[in-house]
Amino acid sequence: MEKNKPIISIRGAEAGYGERVILKELSFDVYPGEIFVILGSSGCGKSTLLKNMIGLYVFQKGQALVDGIDIVSAGEEDLFRFFQTIGVMYQGGALFGSLTILENVMLPLEEFTDLPQEAREAAARLKLKLVNLNGFENYSPSEISGGMQKRAAIARAMALDPKIIFLDEPSAGLDPITAAQIDQLIVELSRNLGLTFVVVSHELASIFTIADRVVFLDAKTKGIIAEGKPEDLREHSENAFVRDFFNRTVSAV
Amino acid sequence: MMNRSAHCEMISQNSQEISLSLSGELSAHTVGPIWTEVTEALKRHQPKSLRLQAEGVLYCDGAGAALFLQCQQFQASHKGACEVLGLKADIQKLIEIYTAEKPAPAPEAVLRLNLIEKFGRTFLKVSADIYDQIVFIGQLTANLYSACLNPRKYIRWKDVWAVVDFYGMGAVLIVVLINFLMGLIMAFQSAIPLQMMGADIYVADLVGVSIIRVLGPLMTAVVLTGRTGSAFAAELGTMKVNDEISALKTMGLDPVRFLVVNRVIGLMILFPVLVLVADGAGVLGGSVIFKSLGYPFRTYFDRVIEIVRLQDFLGGFIKSFAFGLVIAAIGCLRGLQAKNGPSAVGEAATRAVVSGLIAVMVIEGVFSVVYYYLGI
Repeated sequence: MEKNKPIISIRGAEAGYGERVILKELSFDVYPGEIFVILGSSGCGKSTLLKNMIGLYVFQKGQALVDGIDIVSAGEEDLFRFFQTIGVMYQGGALFGSLTILENVMLPLEEFTDLPQEAREAAARLKLKLVNLNGFENYSPSEISGGMQKRAAIARAMALDPKIIFLDEPSAGLDPITAAQIDQLIVELSRNLGLTFVVVSHELASIFTIADRVVFLDAKTKGIIAEGKPEDLREHSENAFVRDFFNRTVSAV
Repeated sequence: MMNRSAHCEMISQNSQEISLSLSGELSAHTVGPIWTEVTEALKRHQPKSLRLQAEGVLYCDGAGAALFLQCQQFQASHKGACEVLGLKADIQKLIEIYTAEKPAPAPEAVLRLNLIEKFGRTFLKVSADIYDQIVFIGQLTANLYSACLNPRKYIRWKDVWAVVDFYGMGAVLIVVLINFLMGLIMAFQSAIPLQMMGADIYVADLVGVSIIRVLGPLMTAVVLTGRTGSAFAAELGTMKVNDEISALKTMGLDPVRFLVVNRVIGLMILFPVLVLVADGAGVLGGSVIFKSLGYPFRTYFDRVIEIVRLQDFLGGFIKSFAFGLVIAAIGCLRGLQAKNGPSAVGEAATRAVVSGLIAVMVIEGVFSVVYYYLGI
């Protein structure tokens, strides 16, 4: 894999709902193997951007190349194939309540591969072990804690070994220790397996632990106001709002 | 990447040794046939040693790693040796990551129950449900009593009118349709035998009395159980799942007063009005058939007015308050009882309809008996 060729490349994209434009003129790149964090204050369109990047919504303008597919112009079939090449973890985990944890992870393997049952189970168990959930295979999602559900959701996102995994607020609503465990898991998976992560977050502690690079979205300008390493932005950003965000202070309004 | 192929070549297979060479890209999309071939060969021969030549493996994902691991585990459990030769360093490392021993958080042992314990638990569950229902009836009675004492302040009239408006206006059309057809069908079915005896004029009596005494209120109750009772259960169930009920409680507000009383009173106001509409529609349905038998409309309505006594009408009318009370109360109770999880709301709605229909029939029966002894 070439390190300098972006795996996700967004150019001049505009996202919104009908007439209502939420984000405009977005351009950024994500490189293979990095943990890329989308951040910003509440309501600035972080989740909207994520939903557009995974093809759930379609950017209203511009170009968005994700793993070689232009998801803006892709037809339904291309998009369907594209969905199999990415992994997504939703904010609440979105595990299927009627299936056990193991069955949740096995579901994509069942639908998209011709592996024998035994092999599917073995592969799913490996994924669960990777997120430290061995022993909980036969529990249903409602029987395990919120942090475990998120880890199970990450395992499910990894079921088909995608190159890119999208995470929506992986550590929101968790205690600091569980949140730190999830952060550590993301870093490990990225370093060990070379996976690319695109993470939506506004948890400062988490951002400094995991992020290789961030883009900072802003509701007022409806675009990116800062891009770079979080440490650099904290110290040297020209934008006072960005510095405030990273330092948790309120100075400029 | 996902469609490139993987190959497996058996070099030798006997009970001493299985030797095979793997090449290509071992991914979830390609490893299936290889998995079957290898595991079947292992089970058939149970060899002393297994030799996997993996120089040609270019890529390996979780499913591929699972294959290597499966071979190792099989050999370990059958006291055989397993050798993987020539694996590329990065793939070797990947397999190590997957196979690294992790301290598993020990889950609690799953409880296994024998028949007597299961019976006991079911009994406790049913008792708890009955207890819940008694408590709910008590709370509702107390709240309705307070509401009667101080209707202006205690009842949230805005919510009551919202219920009447939303569930009343929407139900008018279906109540009219169902009862019109009910009257029509009854008149049609009875007209044929009555005509044979030359008694077709009595179609008006039959339709008028049965619709106004029983069927008008009853059909309306069935419609509202399915339409409104289930909606109440779904609304309150959703609130329960979203912790809104808990939020009310922790704010010191009684959910029964805030959510149930207005719905119950709303439905008790709405129900008699719908019953009037239903009676009208049912009688009108009968008139169509009567007219087609060759009588003028005038005769039909004269007969209906003559034969239907005031107490017939009032009997149905009073019953409708009871229907409104019970349908709303059951819908709300099932909503409040909703458990957590995604299927809870659907389950609450289903239970509301089932228990609502049973309750409607029971009430109908009780009123019939009471009216009989009262001579109405």
